[in-house]
Order: sequence, then structure tokens, then C-alpha cells
Amino acid sequence: MQPIRRIFIANRGEIAVRIIRTARALGIETVLGVSKADRDSLGAKLATRAVCLGPGPSRDSYLKVDTVVQATLGTGCDALHPGYGFLSENRDLALACEKAGLVFIGPTPANLEAVGDKLTARSHAIAAGVPLVPGGNAATLAEAEEVATRIGYPLLIKAVSGGGGKGMKRVNAAAELAPQLDLAMSEAAAAFGDDRVYLERFVTSGRHVEVQILSDGETILHAGERDCSVQRRYQKVVEEAPAPGLSPALRTGVLQAATAYAHHIGYRSLGTVEFMVDVDRAAFYFLEMNARIQVEHPVTEAITGLDLIATQIAIAEGRPLALRQEDIALSGHAIECRLNAEDIAHDFRPCPGRVSLAWFPALPGLRVDTHMESGAMIPPHYDSMVAKLIAHGPTREAAIATMTQALRVLRLEGIATNAPLHAAIMADPEFATGGVDTNYLAGLLPRLAGGCP
Amino acid sequence: MLTRAEIDDILKLIDGSDFTELKLEMGDLKLELRKGPQTAALPLHLGQNTPAGGTPTPQPAPPTAVVAPVIASGGGSEIPAPLLGTFWHAPRPGADPFVKPGDRVTADTIIGIIEVMKLMNSVPAGIAGTVLDITAPNGELVEHGQCLIRIQPH
Repeated sequence: MQPIRRIFIANRGEIAVRIIRTARALGIETVLGVSKADRDSLGAKLATRAVCLGPGPSRDSYLKVDTVVQATLGTGCDALHPGYGFLSENRDLALACEKAGLVFIGPTPANLEAVGDKLTARSHAIAAGVPLVPGGNAATLAEAEEVATRIGYPLLIKAVSGGGGKGMKRVNAAAELAPQLDLAMSEAAAAFGDDRVYLERFVTSGRHVEVQILSDGETILHAGERDCSVQRRYQKVVEEAPAPGLSPALRTGVLQAATAYAHHIGYRSLGTVEFMVDVDRAAFYFLEMNARIQVEHPVTEAITGLDLIATQIAIAEGRPLALRQEDIALSGHAIECRLNAEDIAHDFRPCPGRVSLAWFPALPGLRVDTHMESGAMIPPHYDSMVAKLIAHGPTREAAIATMTQALRVLRLEGIATNAPLHAAIMADPEFATGGVDTNYLAGLLPRLAGGCP
Repeated sequence: MLTRAEIDDILKLIDGSDFTELKLEMGDLKLELRKGPQTAALPLHLGQNTPAGGTPTPQPAPPTAVVAPVIASGGGSEIPAPLLGTFWHAPRPGADPFVKPGDRVTADTIIGIIEVMKLMNSVPAGIAGTVLDITAPNGELVEHGQCLIRIQPH
């Protein structure tokens, strides 16, 4: 057991503020590594200290492993929290921390290796007996044709090192395979420096369901599932917990499979195992494991009462989980809306700039995770997410009602946001019914054309 | 912090305006600029700016171009750290420092080393001049953009 006294936060935005919140509650000091563009951010003001890592672009600041480790050592921190995105699943950072005697608040380098590469992650799923979407590896057109014949069309081509939808291509028929394969491989090479791709069956109607894992390396627990099916171009927009209308058999199936997967790779820390639930076949397939805290973790916190960042820190300190599975009771329903600085009237283009007014009043059942304040600057270099609204109520209807009210009341001005889209989703009867699939949002957008309510 | 060039720009703006006095406070830096008649005729501090007994402040004489006195903290140009790391004054422990106050440097003169995870990055002065002081301590972390040394440009 090694108590952590000062944490270096290698991240920015709302998650930096979120980590500072828990660190303050635990009496742990924080040092935030910021880029030049984030010097005046809320996180920089709230942290015990902020140090400038480099210029605005991420590759010159937030993505520099050596600089981040040097800053952690130079500011006398004993641990590093990588947040999500950026270097959060970077094995080199975890290794560099280990070498420098720093506690990496995340999984082991071996865990990161096991889940970092999609092909390795899939081979672990097979070994753990966790179902996978039928598919296979393809380095050449001949190999791709062979796999395609076995799994059928439509299918998806995905980058081995990919994420966030980059390098992903849908192929509807055999004639499209060759050109789409070329495109996917060159996109993968450009985006990730790795042109390896694999093919898998395209599930016509699928729901994105994921399981929150907590593991101290001995005890592996789950904190229920989340449904993140409301997506636009593979980016999550609305998340909720529990997954509405999921059959008891499917729920038990994903929870057991996630735990088995984490057990198989000897996972230690917080993590999330993602599944695609095939609505037509009432089946589920392993997608990937995310070895970090997730953006949507607050919906799990809302229904379990856990502080997942505190749990993550405790595990990193080497403390055994102070919980048993039966201690994690789920209460009510929670929904999260990701508020992005983007102009939904102009193809969701990002809207960086100065926030003239930010006001998120406290409403019963509402939590707001944000780094916005009046006068805040949204730099052009990063993700456009500016706030997460989390509504919790005894029922899903109550959570939707709270979210609807929050969207009507809040003020975030000076920039365009996707708040009108969230209001439209909350008002949509199909969403209210629950259990929408990942095609839902793409279908809703044309219906909203001509103006959101 | 202001560079010499930025102060020069401010001087040009004041010279071209009807203002006779400028006070600027940014963090630790205090800059006071005056032009025109002798300074004694003008209020020195904001606190004394309120005329006693309602007497209006006398209008100063039309401005004439004079060289304005510059009172900046320390003076000179600050040489910023090009990257975050540990700043070293000398090439190795015990060796003479790269530069010391009073040394004349050219733009290419190495003024120190910034170490990032065992990788040594030499830092050139960037401008020609005389070293005024070494601001960042030896062997300590410097942030990106932090002042390393100050140089009086030639």
C-alpha cells in the first residue's frame, strides 16, 4: 500500500476538473499539466499548481510522454492520472511511470498491451469464451474475399489500431469490397501509422451496451451496464444506465462475459468492456475493452452511489476493493447528455471561441461536469465537448424530465452548442420508449431538419 | 512579462496619442510611462489623482516629443524556455556555466540545457546582447514559456 499525496493530471477539460474534485475530497494535491492554450482554464485555476507542457496542439503538449513524465517528477508528484483520451491507454506512459517510480492511476502495462490492439483483444475474447462478431483478419484482397464469403454482407472494415470511427468502412456488397479495402487501409495508415485492418459482420440493428468493471487484481466486480446507442458517426452523444428494456438473459450475459474477460487478462483498475447487442438475433458480441475511466462514468456513479475516480485511486494505491458484488446496488435511472461546442445547423462543425455566459443551476437530480465558466475560452485544438449533463431519477421518465428541464434552464452562450439536439432527443417518442439502436440518431436528424424545437 | 520590443510598441502608441501618462500593472510587472512637462507637475499615484477641494486637475501643456523614461521590472528581454524540462546552467555538474551576468552573447550562443527524460536540448539565446541575470534556478523544472535568463539587447 502506497498512499498517494500529489497527483499529476495529464489531461484537460472537464475530466481534469472531475479528478481535482475527488482529489480535493481525499486531501490529495494536484498538479495539472496544461498546454499554452489552457493556461487560464478552470482546471488550471483549481489545481494546486499548473505547469505549461507546451504549445496548444496536443502533439506538442498533452501527447508528449517524456514531457509529461518529466513534469510529474519535476513537480514532486507521486502519481499520474491520465484521464481519458490523450495518453490514457498509452503503454509507453504506463511503463515510463513504472520505471520512474510513479504510480500510474490505471491498469498495468501488460493490461494495456492486452486490450490496446484490437486483434490481440479479440484473441483474448476467444480464449475467455466471450462471443465475438464473426470476422477475421485481412492483409490482402484475397484474404478479405475469403472472410467476406464466410461472414456475409453487409460487413465492416476496421483498422487494427483504430478508434473513434477512423479507418472504418461499411461494405454492402462484394463489388464494393476491393475499393473500400484500399480506402480503409490507406486511411488507417494515415491516421494510425498502421495499415492493418480486419473485417467483421455488420449488425443491421445493434445496441451499444458496455459494462463497468472494478478490479483490484484479485476481486473483479461489475457496476452494471450502460447503454450508449445514441451515437453520431460512432461518437457517443447520449448515454444511460441501466440499458432500457434489455432482457434479463442478455443483461446477465454481458455482465458475466465482461467479468470473465477482465478475469482472463488479469485486469487491475477501472475498465469498461463494450458489447454490440444484436437486436434481431438476441445475441451480443464483444467489441473492445477500454482500459481507462470513461466519459460516461457519471451515469454509473449516479445509479450506484460510487465515486469511480476515488475507487480508481484506491486501487492504484494498492488497496483491496472495499466492496463485494452484493454491495453494489443499482438505484433508479441516469441519463447523460454530452454538450458539445458544435453548430448542428452546419453539419455539426466545431465552434471554438469565447463563452460569454455559463450558468448551470443546481436542479434536483442534476449533475453537471464541466470546465466552462463565463469568459472561458474554448481553444480550437481539442475535442468539442464542453459539459456533461447527468440527470438521475427514480425512473427513466423522471430522468428524461429532469434532463429536459436542465436543457431549458441552462445558459451557455457565445458559442453554438448541440443543446437543441439533446432537447429534441429528450422530446422524441422513440427515445422515450427506450432501447433505440445505433442507427437511431442518423434517422432522427433528417426528421429534425428545418429546425430543432 | 513585457519584452523590450513590446515596451517600445507601447511608447510609440503613447507618443502618437493625447495621453501624457500610462500606468500598467500585469502580475508582478509595473510600468509607468510619462511624457511632456516635468514629472513633478503630474500626479505620481492614482490615489493622489482625486483633486482636493474639487479643484479640477490642471490641463497639461500640449505634449512635446521627448524620450519617455521606462521603468520596467528589471528590464531586458526575457528568454523563454522553448519546452518543459529541467534547466541546467552548465553542460555537466561542476562545469562552468554556459553564460553568466555581464557576458556578451550572440543569437546562437547556448545559454543552457533543458533535459527531458535524459534527452538534452541546448537552448540558444535567440538575440544578441548582454546577459543581465540568470532567472531560472539550476536543476529545477521550467515550464514551457518560463523566463530562463534576461538579456539586454544590443
